[in-house]
Amino acid sequence: MNFTLLITVVLTAITLVAGAYVVAKLLGPRSYNKVKGEPFECGIPTRGSSWIPITVGYYLFAILFLMFDVETIFLYPWAVVVKEFGTMALLSIGFFLLVLVLGLAYAWRKGALEWK
Amino acid sequence: MEHIFDFSQVTTWFHDLLTLTLGLGDFWAILIECVLVGAAVLGAYSVIAMILIFMERKVCAYFQCRIGPVRVGPWGLLQVVADVLKMLIKEIFFVDKADKLLYIVAPFLVIFGSVGAFCFLPWNRGAHILDFNVGVFLLTAISSIGVVGIFLAGWGSNNKYSVVSAMRSAVQMISYEMSLCLCLITAVILTGTMQVSGIVEAQSGPWGWLIVQGHVPALIAFVVFLIAGNAEANRGPFDMAEAESELTAGHHTEYSGMGFGFFYLAEFLNLFIIAGIAATVFLGGWAPIQIGVEAFDEVMQYIPGIVWFMGKAFLLVWLLMWIKWTFPRLRIDQILKLEWKYLMPMALINLVLMTVVVALGLYIK
Repeated sequence: MNFTLLITVVLTAITLVAGAYVVAKLLGPRSYNKVKGEPFECGIPTRGSSWIPITVGYYLFAILFLMFDVETIFLYPWAVVVKEFGTMALLSIGFFLLVLVLGLAYAWRKGALEWK
Repeated sequence: MEHIFDFSQVTTWFHDLLTLTLGLGDFWAILIECVLVGAAVLGAYSVIAMILIFMERKVCAYFQCRIGPVRVGPWGLLQVVADVLKMLIKEIFFVDKADKLLYIVAPFLVIFGSVGAFCFLPWNRGAHILDFNVGVFLLTAISSIGVVGIFLAGWGSNNKYSVVSAMRSAVQMISYEMSLCLCLITAVILTGTMQVSGIVEAQSGPWGWLIVQGHVPALIAFVVFLIAGNAEANRGPFDMAEAESELTAGHHTEYSGMGFGFFYLAEFLNLFIIAGIAATVFLGGWAPIQIGVEAFDEVMQYIPGIVWFMGKAFLLVWLLMWIKWTFPRLRIDQILKLEWKYLMPMALINLVLMTVVVALGLYIK
């Protein structure tokens, strides 16, 4: 039943967007001219392509995120059983967290967390 | 907790009505139920969006010593309806040189991320739509689809400002997801389950709310969660992505009418979802205040769960709006510094603290 509902939710979201689009298409006026089709940007004509290279800083954070997020995923199943395992849970995850923190410390030290 | 109304009575009754009384097959019964669930989700989603938009305008107005919308309908209540109608009758047109596929797919992803997360909220005992055993984990997974949507919208619109906005919102949202996840893990350590209904059940005893039960670490996690959640919803002092004074309107500059409406809708609903998750995970969801005094507890249990849940959620929504209209917008480097150098290390240390508290049994049982 859970997965049926998940599919229902997916379909609901699609229906919402598609439905509102269709209604807006039906109700709204329609006209076209060349200027209207240009990107608005800030009001003046755009020069060159918009898909330009962007500061490498963004990618650096994306890579850091990838690393830490995968490690966070491993923490979820562990978190469920902490109550049962007690002190043992703390010891068993200690090493893992140590590596995690060392990774963060290394990135910090190397200046990966600075915005340049 | 025997007086709390269990909504599953209604769903079971309805299922029996369809299968036993009307004699429908399983397939048709489930189909009818799913259609009803979909309609209920759409209804709740749009009604809450309208309430939030009205509330935002009023709260914002009072913070700026104005009176806000008052002309359309009594107390300006119909202002939002008028806004939605206006948005619906606006023309939808596309930018000529946009990446059409990404441009059209983006609103679908944004709305899916927010509707998906919305369906995880427990409204009452038994009144939840999605209740997986990997609950909060799947919730964070689904809600992060919204990031992809916003990124595609910015990238696909063929607009330099939108591309910058897309980059900014992507880096901001993925960064703050770390703290968000770590805070949820901190909560899961104490509740011992990832299932959303289980998390609420675990908080329903006397002094059961997580911020009481888990005292210091839970309180820290709650505060970090609210800050990170606010950033995740692209709101408040963290609305770098649509900093209108520098990026026109950010990723949705090139969307007209309802196309823009979806991003607006999703932003407001994400605010409610963040508040709702915080209320569920840290403030006990639909669980009433219980202090261990029988007379008081019984009276509290007669207040329906949905009132508790909505009360807590809207209290947090109001708090987040207060933050939004009080603080000035941060810079991108300040936002990233706040996350990576303060919030995330704090959340990590807090995680260890919570483990110690739980391992040594120091929490309030």
